[in-house]
Amino acid sequence: MPKLTIIAAVNNAIATAMRNDPRVVVFGEDVGKKGGVFGATDKIQAEFGEARCFDTPLSEDGIVGTAIGMALNGLRPIAEIQFQDFIYPAFDQIVSELAKMRYRSGGQYACPVVVRTPYGGGIRGGLYHSQSAEAYFTHTPGLVTVIPSTPYDTKGLLLSALQGEDPVIFFEPKRIYRDPALAEEVPEGMYTVPIGKARLAREGSHISVFCYGAMVPVCLQAAEQAEAKGISLEVLDLRTLCPLDEAAVLASVRKTGRAIVVHEAPKFCGYGAEISALIAEEAVDSLEAPIVRVAGFDTPFPNALENYYMPDARRVMDAVDRVMSF
Amino acid sequence: MTILNLPPAAEPNSRGVVHLRVLSEKGEPLPGAVLPDLSPEKWLSIYRGMVLTRVLDGKMLILQRQGRIGFVGTATGLEAAVIASGAAFEPQDWIFPALREGGVAVYRGMPLVEYVGQMFLNCHDTSKGRQMNNHFQHRGSHFVSWSSCIGTQLPQAVGAAYAAQIRSQGTVMCGYLGDGATSSPEFHAAATFAGVWKAPVVFVCIDNGWAISVPSSAQSASRSFGSKAEAYGFPGVDVDGNDAAAVYRETRAAVDRARAGGGPSLVALKSYRILGHSSSDDPTRYRDPSEVEAWKAADPIDRLGAFLERKGWLHADAAMRLRESLEAEVDRAIDEAAAAPKLPLRALVDDVYARVTPRLVAQHDELVRVLDRFGDPTAAEGRFPL
Ligand SMILES: Cc1ncc(C[n+]2csc(CCOP(=O)(O)OP(=O)(O)O)c2C)c(N)n1
Ligand SMILES: [Mg+2]
Repeated sequence: MPKLTIIAAVNNAIATAMRNDPRVVVFGEDVGKKGGVFGATDKIQAEFGEARCFDTPLSEDGIVGTAIGMALNGLRPIAEIQFQDFIYPAFDQIVSELAKMRYRSGGQYACPVVVRTPYGGGIRGGLYHSQSAEAYFTHTPGLVTVIPSTPYDTKGLLLSALQGEDPVIFFEPKRIYRDPALAEEVPEGMYTVPIGKARLAREGSHISVFCYGAMVPVCLQAAEQAEAKGISLEVLDLRTLCPLDEAAVLASVRKTGRAIVVHEAPKFCGYGAEISALIAEEAVDSLEAPIVRVAGFDTPFPNALENYYMPDARRVMDAVDRVMSF
Repeated sequence: MTILNLPPAAEPNSRGVVHLRVLSEKGEPLPGAVLPDLSPEKWLSIYRGMVLTRVLDGKMLILQRQGRIGFVGTATGLEAAVIASGAAFEPQDWIFPALREGGVAVYRGMPLVEYVGQMFLNCHDTSKGRQMNNHFQHRGSHFVSWSSCIGTQLPQAVGAAYAAQIRSQGTVMCGYLGDGATSSPEFHAAATFAGVWKAPVVFVCIDNGWAISVPSSAQSASRSFGSKAEAYGFPGVDVDGNDAAAVYRETRAAVDRARAGGGPSLVALKSYRILGHSSSDDPTRYRDPSEVEAWKAADPIDRLGAFLERKGWLHADAAMRLRESLEAEVDRAIDEAAAAPKLPLRALVDDVYARVTPRLVAQHDELVRVLDRFGDPTAAEGRFPL
């Protein structure tokens, strides 16, 4: 089995899906000859031709709107939004149309579109190449929201998304796209990772740490540091934010009695609020300390100071100490 | 078969369009062409602005390769389209730029040290290190802050033009956009509103052949970018964007018309992005090198220089001295900007709202406490991809 990085796993998943299913098409800005600005569609056009892998004019609204039409008429479109920050022109198509087509048509119409988009900071891209806007989408019923953190899951979840019946917003953690330390063996050909199931990234007993995407390696690093101090962190990689694997979250916190939620997005009304509320509603009796969120600041994403903005192992460790000393 | 994107010529291109020209490739006024009525000083200021833009791009690319700054989006090859159009606006007019118009800010008075400081993201950067590099603003000369979101500035320019109208300011707004941006929903909204309102706005579309890797021929099936204006009910022209005289003349005509109450215009300037989309793009993956060579031979600075020399307003040795002095000026600005202090942590939480909220003060103080415990974070490992 080849060892792949996350970006190579995206590329491999797209090629695998296109080989197995002639209905799959992939398009967006610069996905053709250039192979995507991050290389997600590298060599895809050469293998599958310009009818199945193509560049579009510069309009995200157009990209998602036409993807919906393609799905209505039997294709399985993968729409690439070059950076998550540029998804907003397509917000109307996603929120008003993609998410609601099945419901408003009484199940007569459905649009299984996969919208892939790189999200998150760490590439010195400033306000508009760094955002984590997952909460806008998880707040929209009708959408499935997925954020993988490993090459194996990336391929398996993307293939699941392409076989599913519902629209999926697939956020890819661009900061760790090429992280060689995360490269791992990924099976050739078809396999799937189920949507809606969290992954136990590390078993532990003192604190449950809930995270996803680029924050998973950060939390695992913190877990190493905590272990050296005799504190055992359980790290749960949520993988699918909606539908959330509530059972896994609750089982973990009932075991450890403590919870930290980590994400890059601003804290206020961020995804961590949902996890915290779930625990408070369903498992408050098992808590031995307050739930702590480690998140981006309630500001737009900065540039020069991005390393201060994004949660890192030291900020997670600070939360660990606060929780343990409660 | 790919159709090469070649410099404008006297005969119509493959879509039947002839781009307006005033000067030949060698800088001779074309027979019958009307030259803009400019003083030698104004011609020379345009030439200087073009050379300075080229010099800045070159020096910024060197800093980028040295790892001292992160990202550069150049105007190399586009200097006539950028500077000669910008020069057609008056100081009280406002510029709503896109990525490659920083040279216009400098032309209008932005200090070089601010330009370079923006690239270094330090205390000289008026965005306080928040914007990505190459995202300039200069309030003093009405050069408005741009996001990176393609097309968003265009309806804003129209709104500012409407305000200028009802406040009887006599101000004209300029909205710059690329060929790619003509496909954005914002272009459609802006052109629709501008037409209906007869707003004093000039859309300057710099067709540099590419939107990253997408050729402008694949961006639109319209006959030309200039022809799009007709559907919105206002005039549009297609101009040879490497001919500074034609660029100035046509932009100025649109500015004068807007100021006189004649409504909006679209000036489409055909030129070519000689380098990659940015310092991190490899254009050899998607374009034919012979195209690039053809456009290099149509260099806009050489063309205007030849015209000025023919007129006796600029001699070859003076051109050389000008370039050297501009290089020295930019080097001084680099030294000054590089020596500036880093941004304070407060820059994280300032300016989110008019007044920093108590919640943000608390988040800032919390960060300071964590840094006191653990020290500064390490640099992120990612690299900008395009
Ligand atoms: C809304 C939006 N979508 C995508 C991008 C990514 N992007 C940055 S520049 C660019 C191409 C712009 O082309 P054009 O308008 O011709 O301007 P140029 O860079 O050629 O000057 C793209 C697609 C973006 N910045 N904003
Ligand atoms: Mg362009």
